[in-house]
Amino acid sequence: MPTHAYVPHAPGYVDNDGPKIVTRRFPFEDSYTLRRFEATGGYDGLRSALGRAPTEVHSEVRDATLLGRGGAGFPAGIKWGFLPPGKYPYYLVVNGDESEPGTYKDRLLMERDPHQVIEGCLITCYALGLSQCFLYVRGEMALAQERIAQALNDAYAAGYVGRNILGSDFSVDITMSWGAGAYIVGEETALIESLEGHRGRPRLKPPFFPAAIGLYGQPTIVNNIETMANVPWLMTNGAEQYKTYGSESSPGTRMFAVSGHVRRPGVYEVEQGVTTFRDLLYGDNFCQGIREGHELKMFVPGGGSAPWFFPEHLDLPLEARPVGAAGSMLGSGAIMVMDETTDAVKAALRLVRFYARESCGKCTPCREGTTWEERILQRINDGEGRPSDIELLLDVADNISPGPYPVASHPDEDLEAVPFPPRQTTICPLGPSSVAPITSTIRRFRHEYEAKITKRDSIPVSAGSVEVES
Amino acid sequence: MSRFSTDNESVAKEIISRYPLPKSALIPLLHLAQEQNGWVTDDAMLHIAELTGTTPAEVKGTGTFYEMFKFHPVGRYVINICSNLACQLLGAEDLLEHAERKLGVKVGGTTADGLFTLEDVECVAACTEAPALQVNYRYRLRVSVDDFDQLIDDIRSGSASDIPEHGTLSLVRQRIPADRGAGIVPPDEAREIPVWMARNEVAEQS
Ligand SMILES: Cc1cc2nc3c(=O)[nH]c(=O)nc-3n(C[C@H](O)[C@H](O)[C@H](O)COP(=O)(O)O)c2cc1C
Ligand code: SF4
Ligand code: FES
Repeated sequence: MPTHAYVPHAPGYVDNDGPKIVTRRFPFEDSYTLRRFEATGGYDGLRSALGRAPTEVHSEVRDATLLGRGGAGFPAGIKWGFLPPGKYPYYLVVNGDESEPGTYKDRLLMERDPHQVIEGCLITCYALGLSQCFLYVRGEMALAQERIAQALNDAYAAGYVGRNILGSDFSVDITMSWGAGAYIVGEETALIESLEGHRGRPRLKPPFFPAAIGLYGQPTIVNNIETMANVPWLMTNGAEQYKTYGSESSPGTRMFAVSGHVRRPGVYEVEQGVTTFRDLLYGDNFCQGIREGHELKMFVPGGGSAPWFFPEHLDLPLEARPVGAAGSMLGSGAIMVMDETTDAVKAALRLVRFYARESCGKCTPCREGTTWEERILQRINDGEGRPSDIELLLDVADNISPGPYPVASHPDEDLEAVPFPPRQTTICPLGPSSVAPITSTIRRFRHEYEAKITKRDSIPVSAGSVEVES
Repeated sequence: MSRFSTDNESVAKEIISRYPLPKSALIPLLHLAQEQNGWVTDDAMLHIAELTGTTPAEVKGTGTFYEMFKFHPVGRYVINICSNLACQLLGAEDLLEHAERKLGVKVGGTTADGLFTLEDVECVAACTEAPALQVNYRYRLRVSVDDFDQLIDDIRSGSASDIPEHGTLSLVRQRIPADRGAGIVPPDEAREIPVWMARNEVAEQS
């Protein structure tokens, strides 16, 4: 029942003609209930999995090249293979902390189809011999918490979760946990710290990734909500069928949230790899172009941490490799579109402020660096900037992420793209993410910075007094 | 005062039972304390430490990392206006300024009647419906200044019935029925290979 439009009971979601995997129940008003779920093929994937050996279930997911949807795009089937044999118990931690600026799809999946996520978790636990699953929901998402708690209560009562699932010898508990407002807890090792009852600060990796040493020091698989939501369909329909959607290196569909200055912003499920940014931003079926009377200036292609793109990037496909080569990333599937009325310095400042606020403070280049980046950008934006500030900004950024930092090409000035990913002096990628808005805008809109910087020279500090040169 | 009530103490114990180790329940228990009192009191943290076998310093150490926990009284309704990029592009700054005028407080402040606290927050995952806000973590989307005034009037007159008092998150609690649980135990007691894996290993070898 495609509606080709907003779905009133799922604000933000826009139905379209394309193939659907994870959002296919959204048009039903009661999509989150066990009744609707069972009536639309729910828990068939689990039944199918229980009829096969765990290793076969794992192979099916590996063959499908199910790419993680949390940001890094690592294939789930390969990650699952990193569990060290025999070091039980193993745990599953499902990441529903979704806080990256511009990003939301996990919230819709948790609110609109919680059973689909739960079914994906069950299949994963069966395939890998996991002892317990933790569904970690972002603290601010009260409705998602309600829907998941209700779904779990119903699924326990109906025999889908818990002891001897569907009469088999497979038993696993799923515990809903919830956060309390900290973006950094989305990073997988910080999430594990938080689940252990600690401050949410990342652990140093390498050498040990969660699959080797995770929750309580045990091998732990961390996957994103949308990654889990793909598993039931995949189990019911098979890897071959899955790969008929999308492109060879990015099979299947993916949810994208497109916000900002487009006519029809929304969350869309689209085929990866074969759809382009232009299709998504301008297609009749999708966002229908930039708002009336305006034109595209720039866009953030993959959440606040991604370097920015410009009109000449519109024909790139929604696929990791070409986007990475062009200097950015698809990240968390969030596209923020800005038209010519947008002040590039101000927009960059707002994102940098986010990283300064959210830095966990564990490493110095990030804690101090993001704070300085914000202060310098703030004074430039306030008209108090100094001529040396652009270089100073780049220098601070370089201390967090030693350059050259990933950035899009600049055809007018003959500047090549620097491919993703960035390097880092920090424990986790949060610090380096703060650099993306800075280098993206300085390369492209240096004149906007210069226009804001007043003619004052730098302020020399001599012993005992501060002189301002004119 | 402000320790868990008898009812909430049993809710707390049920929450703890869902984790392999009690300390993992700290964040949910801090939320429970905030649900009971509107903010997290020292006595509640002492009680949480007792229930989880941790120290009060550990409880506070964890709690103070997270922005949602308030360690002093706040308004009965906490209004969180998102000012991150997608919302900024569509008027969040104007909305925030308007909210300050309408409520007569600056960001971070609480109205004299103790009804409202205003906050300027990061992305609340509703970016396509900008500008977005949450009141006690319930969404209001594409909020105009008139919508904002209406919202304040509705709360004052008691007609915003979907919004519970500050601190309450999910209205549904997870419950694992005793006869249905697979058995949640500390990691040390779960070193055996799970039965269905053992069965399949045997099947593969034969
Ligand atoms: C600062 C930071 C924030 C992150 N936030 C999230 C998040 O909110 N949700 C998420 O699924 N992954 C997030 N990630 C990625 C996770 O660390 C992890 O890679 C992911 O959950 C793995 O799931 P996947 O393999 O299914 O994609 C974040 C990473 C970093 C560095
Ligand atoms: S990079 Fe920033 S957020 Fe990440 S561990 Fe270091 S201080 Fe914390
Ligand atoms: S930027 Fe405001 S909700 Fe995401």
